[in-house]
Parts: sequence; structure tokens; C-alpha cells
Amino acid sequence: MVDLKVDIGKLHLKNPVMTASGTFGYGMEYSDFIDISRIGGIIVKGTTLRKREGNPYPRMKETASGMLNAVGLQNKGIDYFIEHIYPQLTNVDTNIIVNVSGSTIDEYVKTAEKLNYLEKIPAIELNISCPNVKEGGMLFGTSCTAANEVVDKVRRVYKNVLIVKLSPNVTDISEIAKAVEDAGADAISLINTVLGMAIDAETRKPCLSTVTGGLSGPAIKPLALRMVWETARAVKIPVIGMGGIMNAADAIEFMLAGASAVEVGTANFIDPTVTIKIIEGIEDYLCRHGFSSVSEIVGALETL
Amino acid sequence: MKKLILDLILKKNIRLNEQVHLLIFSSEQSLPKILPGQFVQVKIDDSPATFLRRPFSVNFVDGENNELWLLIQIVGAGTLKLSETSPGASVNMILPLGNSFTFPDKKDEKILLVGGGSGIAPLLFWGSCLRKADFNPEFLIGARSRAYLVELKEFEKYGKVFITTEDGSEGEKGFVTDHSIFKERKFDRIYSCGPTPMMKAVGAYAIKNNTFCEVSLENTMGCGIGACLCCVTDTTAGRVCVCTEGTVFNIAKLKW
Ligand SMILES: Cc1cc2nc3c(=O)[nH]c(=O)nc-3n(C[C@H](O)[C@H](O)[C@H](O)COP(=O)(O)O)c2cc1C
Ligand code: FES
Repeated sequence: MVDLKVDIGKLHLKNPVMTASGTFGYGMEYSDFIDISRIGGIIVKGTTLRKREGNPYPRMKETASGMLNAVGLQNKGIDYFIEHIYPQLTNVDTNIIVNVSGSTIDEYVKTAEKLNYLEKIPAIELNISCPNVKEGGMLFGTSCTAANEVVDKVRRVYKNVLIVKLSPNVTDISEIAKAVEDAGADAISLINTVLGMAIDAETRKPCLSTVTGGLSGPAIKPLALRMVWETARAVKIPVIGMGGIMNAADAIEFMLAGASAVEVGTANFIDPTVTIKIIEGIEDYLCRHGFSSVSEIVGALETL
Repeated sequence: MKKLILDLILKKNIRLNEQVHLLIFSSEQSLPKILPGQFVQVKIDDSPATFLRRPFSVNFVDGENNELWLLIQIVGAGTLKLSETSPGASVNMILPLGNSFTFPDKKDEKILLVGGGSGIAPLLFWGSCLRKADFNPEFLIGARSRAYLVELKEFEKYGKVFITTEDGSEGEKGFVTDHSIFKERKFDRIYSCGPTPMMKAVGAYAIKNNTFCEVSLENTMGCGIGACLCCVTDTTAGRVCVCTEGTVFNIAKLKW
């Protein structure tokens, strides 16, 4: 038996496979298909201080090997989450992690503070990288000063494991990563979606109500892999990799590039059982290559 | 209702016209209970252009033969691939998804099912269910021209069929809402599926005449199971997912 356990600071994962925010609902949406407690961690929908309706329809366009979305953080707000959704999640035997977003630093801080007191939420993922909201979101993730400031302010109030999710829409990801590490983040996750656009030539109109949206899926994998590799070399804290992971081989590539764990997003839409297949595939890979623990492949990329 | 991921076997691929194919699937294990108005999420293949699953209304369920029918209108790469599938092939689907049409209360209610384009798909199954439950549905079907009218013989098994075509090649000339039936008769319930402008016109008629009306929306979907929030529509209860709160909505709830 190989050891699949990984630690992200004080966050203990039974295996390195988590689900990416916004692609797995609150987990329950998938419980007809798989035993969701087998997943290493479930990162729930982007949550904000107040309820958000998100952007108008149309919000999604399939593109070559991927999709553009412009959901815009539709959610019922942190208080609704605590009162109505959290109680349904407390008996799920895995890590439930809340993805936190905001338009102002104050909103991030207040939302994070409320999550301190939930016993079954061992970590939050600070989303400073949403490309689909007018204010805040990605703005915090594209400047070192702004990223440092928001993470610093949240760090002061949030006691548990603080993961910060970075945007790929920057020139030098390692600088942002270092700014976030300096501010006291426990881990970094990346990448969020890549800002993109689609046009319908027949109607001469944009495909999304917001014109631009976030690209996800296999189309962004090479970009994501490069950014995870750059980030893992730049910081000492653990890195969680994502972007276009469709199968175990993809997940393993991210780990070889330096990710201690991975998140699976868009792939869940096509195969709701994909997370379990990836966990089993990683185990199989470790056996085949004679590794006894998954941690042995983290950053184990060899040179040509 | 528990959702399943099933591999169905394509038994027949019948080309009804240059744009529409009827695909008849069967399954080794018995199909789960499927309600009228529900849909399935079909996996096409792993090619770059047909990456996400595609939602299709259930066109008909033949319980006796354990068959599921899908009516495929070729509109893009996914539907084209599906229309080219050969009998014997296995096709992966998530089902059953979404809510369903609401049954009328009284057996003598006057019921009209209005469909246009590929929107007629769920109305065949719904009509068959109504008939089986001793209701008397009637159908009004609109198409561009005679060549685009499909499954008429099937519809006729469950009730009287009225037709409009835009060029007048069959039935009355014009759009469905131009049909004389709306001037001559009153209905207690109208159910509709088809292009949005058509459903809006049918809905407007229903509201004006204070008639119960349900429509089935065909929004673009990412997941089909309520996880991605891509398929929303605006209702009196806020912005909701069509794949879980719908696809069937009472017209009074929609903010059209
Ligand atoms: C429909 C959709 C909604 C998303 N919502 C969020 C969100 O609320 N918060 C967030 O941090 N990332 C969100 N993301 C980004 C994903 O978590 C992930 O970073 C991205 O999709 C790349 O991974 P993938 O290619 O495996 O999907 C969303 C992505 C999609 C496709
Ligand atoms: S299609 Fe994903 S929530 Fe409806």
C-alpha cells in the first residue's frame, strides 16, 4: 500500500486530490455519483460577505478543449452558508474548504473572520483572482502590493490554514507568490481561470453577457503547469496546482512540477466520477514506479 | 431522484430530414424512472470541439422495450457527431435530470401542447404520459415548412395535431400563435417548448387569457447537475439554475 496522505501546513489531506471552487457546488451535487468523502478536500463555491446574483445569462461558452465562464460569484452570502449549508456538510468525512471572495479588503476580512468559528472548516482559500467581477476579485491578485495587503489583513484575523488562490493574468507569477508568502499565507493555489473572450461571427455579438470571461479546462493546462513550476521554485510554502486536470497523468504532472496537491475543476462536469479515478490513478502510478509515498513525487521533475 | 451515469446502446439512428435524427437507445440494465420534461446530459467524445456534454430532452420512453428516444437537431459539432453515430455504439449519459411538467387536476381539462423546432422533443413523451393518465392532450406544432415537420404520426397516437408552417406548405400559414385555434377555442393548460421567441409569444397569450402555462427552457449548460451555475434564468424567486429548478417553469414565475 502506498501512502497518499499529504499535509498542507496544518491541513491534513487523505490524498492530494481536491475539487476546484465553483465546479463542485457544495459537494452534495455529486453525492449520487461518488462517495464524496473519498476526496482529499472539497473547495466549495466562491463565498462573499453579502449575497450576489452573479452576471446575467449567457454566462458560459464552450471553446476548443475548454470553456469560458462568467458566473460572477453567484452565492447567497456567508451568513446563509453558515446557517443553511454548513450544517449539511459537517458529517462529510473530508476537508471542507471555503473559497472566499470580496470587492474590498474589509469584505474579505469580515468573511474570513466568520469562518474562524466553524469547527469543520479547517482552511479557507482566498480568491484574489476572479476575473468575472467588476470590483475587487482579480485586482487584488494582479499587484504585489494589493495582494500583500489583503492577505496580511486576513492573516491577522484568520487563525486556521490560509490558502491564497492566484490569478494567471499577470506577467510574473513568482513575484505575486512571494508577496503573498511574505504576508503570511500558509499555501498558494493556482491557477484561477485565464481571461478570455468568444465572439459569434453570425450575430456579430460577444458570446458572454460580460463580453470577457474566464477560460478553464485542458486548453489552459500547459500555461498552468508552467506557472505552478515557477511558483513552486519561488516560495517555500506548499503549492496546490490546477488548470485543465482531466486525469491522473495530468495531476501527476502538476505534482512533478512542484504541487503538493491538486484541484480538479471543469473535468467534473464531463465525468462526475473523475476525482475518484484520479485518486486511484495516482495510487497506481506510485505502485508502478516503486514510490511508497505520494510526497516523493512532489517537485521530482528531472532534467533532460 | 437518484441520478445515474449510464452507457446506453444506440439501436436505431433514423434520419427524419436533413437536420433532424431520431436516435433510439436501449440499455442492458432497466432504465430508471424518467419524468416527462426531464433531460439527459450526453457525452459526445473527447475531441476539442465537443468537450462538454450536451443536454437533450427525453423525446420518448418506451418502458416495455426499455428504450429511450432522443430527437437530435443538427446545430453544431456535437449534434453533428451524435447524428453520425452508428447503431451498436455505446453512448454515455447522465440521467434523469431536471424537474418535469405538472399534471392537470381534472380529466376534462382542455390541454394544448405547443412545440416548434427541436422543442417538440419533450412534448411527445409528455403527450404520451398525459394520454396514459387518461387526459386528452392536443398538439400544435410549428415548422418552417412541410419538410421540417417530424414525428407527426407519433403525436397523432396521443391526440389531435394542428400544424402551422411559415411558408404555408402544410397546415395554416404563419407562426404557432397565429393559428386559428387560439381564436376559436379556450384552453385550461398550455405547455410549450421551442425557440425562445415562440415560447414568449405563447406565454404572452397565456398570461393575457389567464391560462396556466408551463414552458421548458433550453439554456446552455455546463454540468446539468446544479454545480456550475452557468444555466441561469431570472425568475420571481431570483436568478436560478435551469438544470435543477427547471427546465420546466410556470410562465408566471419567469421574468420575461
Ligand atoms: C463555472 C466555473 C466557476 C468557477 N468559480 C470559481 C469561484 O467561485 N472561485 C474560484 O476561486 N474559482 C472559480 N473557478 C475557477 C476554478 O476553481 C479553477 O481555478 C479553474 O477552473 C481552473 O481549473 P480547471 O481547468 O480544472 O477547471 C470557476 C471555474 C468554473 C469553470
Ligand atoms: S448547467 Fe451547471 S448548474 Fe446548470
